[in-house]
Amino acid sequence: MSLNRRDFLKNSAAVAAAGAVGISVPQEAQAAAAKAESKWRWDKAACRFCGTGCGIMLATKEGRIVAVKGDPAAPVNRGLNCIKGYFNAKIMYGADRLKTPLLRMNDKGEFDKKGKFKPVSWERAFDEMEVHIKKALKASGPEGVANFASGQYTVMEGYAAQKMMKAGFRSNAIDPNARHCMASAVVGFYQTFGIDEPSGCYDDIELTDTIVSWGSNMAEMHPILWSRVTDRKLSNPDKVKVVNLSTYRHRTSDLADIEIIFTPNTDLALWNYIAREIVMRDEKEKIIDWGFVKKHMVFATGPTNIGYGMRREGEKSLKEGKYSKLEMETVSKEMSKVLSENEGKALEPYGYKAGDTMKHTAGTLAHWEISFEEYKKSLEPYTLEYTAKVAKGDPNEDIEVFKKKLQALANLYIEKNRKVVSFWTMGMNQHTRGTWVNTLSYNVHFMLNKQAKPGSGAFSLTGQPSACGTAREVGTFCHRLPADMMVKNPKHRKITENGWKVPEGTINPVGNQHFMKIMRDLEDGVVKFAWVNVNNPWQNTANANHWIKAAREMDNFIVTSDGYPGISAKVSDLVLPSAMIYEKWGAYGNAERRTQHWRQQVLPVGDSMSDTWQWVELSKRFTVKDLWGESTLRNGAKLPNIIKDAKKMGYKENTTMYDILFANKRAKSYKLKESFPQKGYDDTESRGDSRNVLGSDGKPWKGYGFMIHEYLFEEYASFGRGHGHDLAPFEVYHKVRGLKWPVVDGKETQWRFNVKYDPYAAKAAKETGATDFAFYGTLAKALPQGDLKGIKDKNKKSLKNKAKIYARPYMEPPEIPDKEYDTWLCTGRVLEHWHSGTMTMRVPELFRAVPEALCYMHPKDAKEKGFKQGSLIWVDSRRGKVKARVETRGRNRVPQGLVFVPWFDEKVFINKVCLDATCPMSKQTDFKKCAVKLYKA
Amino acid sequence: MATTFQSVGLAALGGMLWSGYTDSVKASPLVLRPPGALKEEDFLTACIKCGLCAEACVNRDTNIDKETGLPRPGTLQMAKGGDSVLIGTPFFIPTEVPCYMCEDIPCVPVCPSGALDMASLLDEKEELDITKSKMGLAVVHKESCIAFWGIQCDACYRACPLLDVAITLEYQKNDRTGKHAFLLPVVQDNACTGCGLCEIACVTEKPAIFVLPNDVAKGKAGDHYVKGWDVKDQVRVGDAHSETTTTDISKRDAGDYLNMEVEY
Repeated sequence: MSLNRRDFLKNSAAVAAAGAVGISVPQEAQAAAAKAESKWRWDKAACRFCGTGCGIMLATKEGRIVAVKGDPAAPVNRGLNCIKGYFNAKIMYGADRLKTPLLRMNDKGEFDKKGKFKPVSWERAFDEMEVHIKKALKASGPEGVANFASGQYTVMEGYAAQKMMKAGFRSNAIDPNARHCMASAVVGFYQTFGIDEPSGCYDDIELTDTIVSWGSNMAEMHPILWSRVTDRKLSNPDKVKVVNLSTYRHRTSDLADIEIIFTPNTDLALWNYIAREIVMRDEKEKIIDWGFVKKHMVFATGPTNIGYGMRREGEKSLKEGKYSKLEMETVSKEMSKVLSENEGKALEPYGYKAGDTMKHTAGTLAHWEISFEEYKKSLEPYTLEYTAKVAKGDPNEDIEVFKKKLQALANLYIEKNRKVVSFWTMGMNQHTRGTWVNTLSYNVHFMLNKQAKPGSGAFSLTGQPSACGTAREVGTFCHRLPADMMVKNPKHRKITENGWKVPEGTINPVGNQHFMKIMRDLEDGVVKFAWVNVNNPWQNTANANHWIKAAREMDNFIVTSDGYPGISAKVSDLVLPSAMIYEKWGAYGNAERRTQHWRQQVLPVGDSMSDTWQWVELSKRFTVKDLWGESTLRNGAKLPNIIKDAKKMGYKENTTMYDILFANKRAKSYKLKESFPQKGYDDTESRGDSRNVLGSDGKPWKGYGFMIHEYLFEEYASFGRGHGHDLAPFEVYHKVRGLKWPVVDGKETQWRFNVKYDPYAAKAAKETGATDFAFYGTLAKALPQGDLKGIKDKNKKSLKNKAKIYARPYMEPPEIPDKEYDTWLCTGRVLEHWHSGTMTMRVPELFRAVPEALCYMHPKDAKEKGFKQGSLIWVDSRRGKVKARVETRGRNRVPQGLVFVPWFDEKVFINKVCLDATCPMSKQTDFKKCAVKLYKA
Repeated sequence: MATTFQSVGLAALGGMLWSGYTDSVKASPLVLRPPGALKEEDFLTACIKCGLCAEACVNRDTNIDKETGLPRPGTLQMAKGGDSVLIGTPFFIPTEVPCYMCEDIPCVPVCPSGALDMASLLDEKEELDITKSKMGLAVVHKESCIAFWGIQCDACYRACPLLDVAITLEYQKNDRTGKHAFLLPVVQDNACTGCGLCEIACVTEKPAIFVLPNDVAKGKAGDHYVKGWDVKDQVRVGDAHSETTTTDISKRDAGDYLNMEVEY
């Protein structure tokens, strides 16, 4: 029987669809599908793109991935993908894939920072890295060696990088692009629950009555989840309500029953307004679930004068005048700021008033317990009048209409028996008070007992495919270790050192080189070596001009590992070709705690090799003697000489980090086998491959000889098992469509902290005598006592198994529009492109659909400024400017006084314009707010 | 700018050189004309092939000419031999360069002959309004549109300059998955201008949404069907008139018919 393409697609689709719903397919159709795919091998994988975590199926034929479909068995997406998802194969086959290491060299073949990129061998590449790392260590100690890590790392890559950085180089200067994307959510989780990641799961969508989106354009950024929200709305259009809160209209408003357009940063006021409604109306209407609150909650607050995470007085580059007078107009707010009228009202309960100069000190995570009465006092300013005045974001909207919407929103939350899910993404995370606004969301859900229950809860959506799985769970942050452990905590360091079989005292206790700090340390000349993995820091970091200059003009050595040449590679000194997603074994963890694994489907293109391999090969270049002597940190503290202790453990001075961290006894116990899941699949790192790439020693690469991916995963997983982060065995993940941790007795957990669903909660509740919930997270679970103005009693009181409700005021961002810079700039994404576009801009279909980033503007603003639709203008801030095309129509409809520019397009390099202010607690940049002026180009 | 000079050249020669071809070369019925173009028949009579509209059409330095691979400043092209468009007349191909719907519609006021009818593009305030243009109509081919498979796409919807007016989304439950929804693009005939931005944005191999000239894309219900539930529909059939009908059976005189014997 012959099949044309049409029949073929029909048959394949029918079989896939039938499989999903469990109906049997006529034998003839099944045979036809089998014949069409006879040379194909289908295998499951996770999608490369967003945090939704869709399951996909890949068809491989003759060493290339030829087709992609949604995995009909995947619970998240049931065989569907968004349009990016179908290009998971195409992203690997762009014409300009990097195929060989490239080094900047002069004519003599020597490294030269001003030289041109020329191909070199892997051996030469590692030679250069070795030399420059040693130079950096000598100049700056461990703080001089940095790694821009990734929320798109596989679990194994992140774990390998983390081990070499923290145990090998004893440097905590490893921080992922996930810092830009969900650090505020993380600190929110830590502060509230004492443990990271959401309590609920995506099933909440099908179970809820109300979906409230806060600063999240789900319709474009989480299309498959949006499709589930749409289905929920369709299933009961009158009962199910959708609310969209944003600073401009986007596609998530399409379904919304209520759309609230607010002024940037005033989400702080909005959450407090809802909380105020709950608290003030409680006496009459009995709204608060006091039984729940008294048993499971305490009230807390922290300092408010925490700055905005910008550069502080006395920092080297400020002293050297690297920041212009114009820039300093904003940076000066980091030290002190005169409080505006709106801020004065909100801060009154904290002892401030309008016109006061607030002296800022650097942000701190400190907080203390307060009484309910104090919490209530903190809410008093947020009357409907005040909140509406501060928050109304569309100057053309009638304030009475706006007020009605706020009341309706509060009532939806409050309505007895109405289930509510609050979703958010970058709007609440990329925020100079991101940690605060995250904690404020839980307040509302907690007081109503609408958290950690099927269909109810505040739920932080993640942007990246493994922001949860790798960045957070593995802990590739400067301050973290695996499974929610912290470098600052001596016990956690000890547990990790024991697990890694390295001497006690190896891990550096100072973990403060977050993503933005690494950039600033490059500019200050402290970081001398930086390695970029699965990431495009020079395009994704705000105030980019400074960092480009630092990379190109300072004495440092930048390495970028990537599949394609982007801005970061362009400013680097050495570029390494990386194996892309399905050219290696891997695992990702999505926003609902679902861990998903895949096998290597094809050999990497050219001579590219995985980032895991690159880290492990680098470890061969460094010995105990090289790295484990004494060193001094810039704060004056010393990292002890641990060579003696290493020797006691059986290591020698010339034992390499490879032998200790990667090719140890435990590693070698993970054998290469001719059985499931290894059988029939390539494993370039463990086995070598037919390309015989000349490796780091100049010889053909033949593999490590043990199953390194299983080893890395199992060793990492061992830190979380038994501690509320339990992962299933490696092999199990190759049989199932992901599992939501904690996986206890082979079962995943849908709702954490809820005794009915979470075995850890059930266990903890036995101790407390509770029957419903236990918030068993362990971080910051003993607090001093005080009031809104400060600590009154330093003695710490335990709040084991409880969560926290925070008093946190509304404050303005450090830069707001004024006479000259008269417009808000908000940045973000579009559905068609992923992050900095290095992959999706190489897919013709996606490129064609959205070939350039546009500047979305209100038609009246365009008219007033004399801009024609489609004309080019400058978007200019105190820091830099870019040219962009005016769009007054289309997908985003902004209010007057605000423009929106997506950041995927390197030709519209909007991060040159953005301000590098961060949440001072989470260190996450606020890409959503700064002031710009616009004029004709 | 080479194209522009070429267009100017065409303008100078237009009247003499090209008119001779008018009768012998038949235009393809699938050609898309600039905004405000008269009905194809009238347009062909009125257009003097001067090229001023194409010269005025300058919108993106990123446009690429498909044939030469070189930058091309605008959307409109003047037909050359082999274009299957009447030589010398302006047209555009959305998958090459769509019409970006400039607010000031530079291509129309320059038309010296009225082939591009400015009056048809004026709003109540007598200002040019590109949304009034009717260059064509976008049509969705459901079988190849992946949104109808349940895939989350709606790229055309987001690309539409008249989003939610000219292309709207229709939501349907996806019973196969039980928890997702179809987000289906629907083109609104009364609002679609035929600019083609949806067609170039479509992510399928060959666009599943494409612009056709109005005459080709549209059916016509005719005067015999009147919406009994919509008074306004009577306006549509305002020109209705009665006429004597003839079919095969009624073409004979009644008497003649009756005088024919019935066979038995």
